[in-house]
Amino acid sequence: MSPLPFVLAAALGGFVAPALAGTTFDAVKQRGALRCGVNVSVPGFSSPDSQGHWQGLDVDVCRAVAAAVFGDAGKVEFVPLNAQQRFAALQSGEIDMLSRNTTWTLTRDAELKLDFGPVVFFDGQGFMVAKALGVSRAGQLDGASVCVQSGTSTEQSVSDWFRARGMSFRPVVMDNFDELNKAFFAGRCDVYTTDRSGLASIRMTMSGKPDDYLILPDMISKEPLAPAVRHGDQDWADVVRWSVMVLIEAEELGVTSANVAEKRDSADPALGRLLGRTPDLGQALGLPQDWAFQAIRQVGNYGEVYQRNLGPLGLDRGLNALWTQGGLLYAIPAR
Amino acid sequence: MRRPRPFDVLALLLLAAAGWALWGWAVREAVWAGDAAACRAAGGACWAFIGEKWRLMLFGLYPPAEQWRAALAVLLSVAFVAACVRWRRAWPLGWLGLLALDYALLAGGFLGLSAVPVAQWGGLPLTLLLTVSGVGGGLPLALLLALGRRSRLPLLRLLAGGYIELIRGVPLVSVLFMAAVMFPLLLPPGWVLGKLLSTQLALALFVAAYLAEAIRGGLQAIAYGQYEAAAALGMRHGTALATVILPQALRIALPALTGIAIGTFKDTSLVVIIGLFDLMTATRAALGDPRWLGFSLEAYLFAALVYGVLSWSLSLAGRQLEKR
Repeated sequence: MSPLPFVLAAALGGFVAPALAGTTFDAVKQRGALRCGVNVSVPGFSSPDSQGHWQGLDVDVCRAVAAAVFGDAGKVEFVPLNAQQRFAALQSGEIDMLSRNTTWTLTRDAELKLDFGPVVFFDGQGFMVAKALGVSRAGQLDGASVCVQSGTSTEQSVSDWFRARGMSFRPVVMDNFDELNKAFFAGRCDVYTTDRSGLASIRMTMSGKPDDYLILPDMISKEPLAPAVRHGDQDWADVVRWSVMVLIEAEELGVTSANVAEKRDSADPALGRLLGRTPDLGQALGLPQDWAFQAIRQVGNYGEVYQRNLGPLGLDRGLNALWTQGGLLYAIPAR
Repeated sequence: MRRPRPFDVLALLLLAAAGWALWGWAVREAVWAGDAAACRAAGGACWAFIGEKWRLMLFGLYPPAEQWRAALAVLLSVAFVAACVRWRRAWPLGWLGLLALDYALLAGGFLGLSAVPVAQWGGLPLTLLLTVSGVGGGLPLALLLALGRRSRLPLLRLLAGGYIELIRGVPLVSVLFMAAVMFPLLLPPGWVLGKLLSTQLALALFVAAYLAEAIRGGLQAIAYGQYEAAAALGMRHGTALATVILPQALRIALPALTGIAIGTFKDTSLVVIIGLFDLMTATRAALGDPRWLGFSLEAYLFAALVYGVLSWSLSLAGRQLEKR
C-alpha cells in the first residue's frame, strides 16, 4: 500500500483548513473543537506537563469555554503562540480565542480590534526583597540597588516609579534572566523587580529558601490579564465572557467541582439558575442547559483553578481574591 | 621537550580545579533519580529532571503511546544520511522519499496507525523534518539559481542574482516571521496554510540562496576546457552539464554544502520564535512546569548534547562523502 495518498491527505487536510465560515461560534461548533492560543512556557499559566498535557490557569480558561460549549473540557486544540504572533493568529482566524497572559489595554482593545473577556488574573510589577533587609513597603526602598532585566518595560516603569517619588535607586541591569536571578540571590542587589507572578515563581524555585524572601504588597504597574476574541463577534465574545464569569460566581456561591452535583439539586434559586435546573440562561447564550454545570464540574471554580495552577508557585491570592475577601474578583450576576 | 614553566603548572592546576568542580557538580553531587525537592536539596546537577522530561524534549507533544513512530522517523533520517554516503546518487530523490515516509509515519491514519494532527508533532523529528525539507528542497532551487547566475542571458542573471542578494540580505528570523505572521494575512480569506508547511517553504527558499552560492563556487572552479571537451565530444549543453560539469562542481562544493546543511540543522532552532514545537521549543516548554522549575542548565546541556551529536554525525557523513 503506497503511503502517497495519506501524505497528500495530510498535506491538504492537515495543513489547509477553512478558518472563517460565518461566525466564530458556528465555526467552533461545526469543527467540534475550540482552537485556543496559549503561551509555550509560563509556569502556572501555560506549559505542557511531562506527558505533553497542557496545564495552567490560561489553559483552564480554554477548557472552561470548551466545557460550556461542548460539555467536554477536552475538546480544545491548543495553539502555542509567540508574543508577536498572538494577535495576528487571532485576526487571521487561526485561533478562536487567545488565552495567553495578555494584558488588556486600550490600544489593544481599540486599535487591534480585540474584545477582552473578564480579567482572569490581576498581575502587576512588584518588588521582592530579602527578609533580612527589614523592609515591608516599597516606600522604604530609597537608595536601594535594584535588579532588573534590561530592555523590558519593567526597566522603564521602575525608573519612572522612583523618579515620581523623588527617591533614588541604583539599577543592576542584566539581560540574561538566569544571571539576574543568580545576582539577586547572591546579594548583589537589595531588590528584584518584575511581574509579581514571576517574582513568586523565582522565589519558589531559584532561592533554595523561599521563606527568606518577601514579595512587597506594592504594585507599580497594572497588568490585568484577560482572554481575548476578535472584535465584532458579540455572540462568541459573550460565550467566552460568561464561561469565565461562572467560574468566579461558583466560588462566590461555594460551588466546587466536587459538590456541584448536589448543589444543583439544592433549593437555592440562584444555584438553580446557574447550574441549569432553570433552563433559560444557557438558551440565552446559545449554549446547552448544563453549560455552567459542566464548566464547573470539569474545570473547577476559580479558586480551585488558582490553587491547582498557581498554588505550587506559592503565590497568594492578593488582588485575585473574591471582592468579599478583599480582592477584585466580582462576578457579574448570572441571571 | 622544554622544561615546564611556573605558568604551565599554574594553568594545569587551574584546569584540574575546574575539572574537579565540574566532576563534583555533574557526577558526584548530582541527583540521578527522584523529584524536584530532592534535586533542590542536593548541590549538584539534577539529571532526574532529564529523566522526567526527556520524552517531552525529544518528541514534544506527540502522544506518548505513539512516540515509537516519532523515534522511528528520527532513525529513518539518520539512516538516510548514512545511506547517502554509501549510495551517492540516492539523495536527489531520496530526500523526497524520506520526507514522504516521515510524514506518513508521523501523520498516521492508515494500517492501524492512529492519526496524529500536525499540531501535535514536535521535538527532534520536527527539527529533522525542517532540516531535510530545508536542505533537500533548497538544493534543486539552488542548482537553478547557480546556473541562472552564470547564464548568458542578462535577464536570468539579474533574476537569480537579485533573488540571492535579497534573501542573503535578510535575517532568517524575519523570513520565519514573514512565513508565520504575514503568510496567513496574505492568503485568500478562509484559508490557513499550516505553520509547519509555511515554515518548511520559507526555510527551503532561504537555504537555497546560500546553497546556490556554494554551488556557483564549485562551477567557477571547473576549467573552461571541460566545457570545450564536452562540446568537442558532441554533447549538448544540457548533457554536458549533467554528466561532466555538475558532478565535478558538486564534489568541489561539497565541504561548503555540508557546512550549510549543519548550519541549517542548528538554525531550525530559530523556529522557537514562531512557536513551532521543535527540539528547542520543547526544551523551553519543559522548563515551564511549575513542579520542576529552575533546572535550565541541565535542560540546555541535554539539548546541546543532542544538537552536538547530530551535527557531528552530519559532518562525519560529509567527510566520508568527500573521500569517495
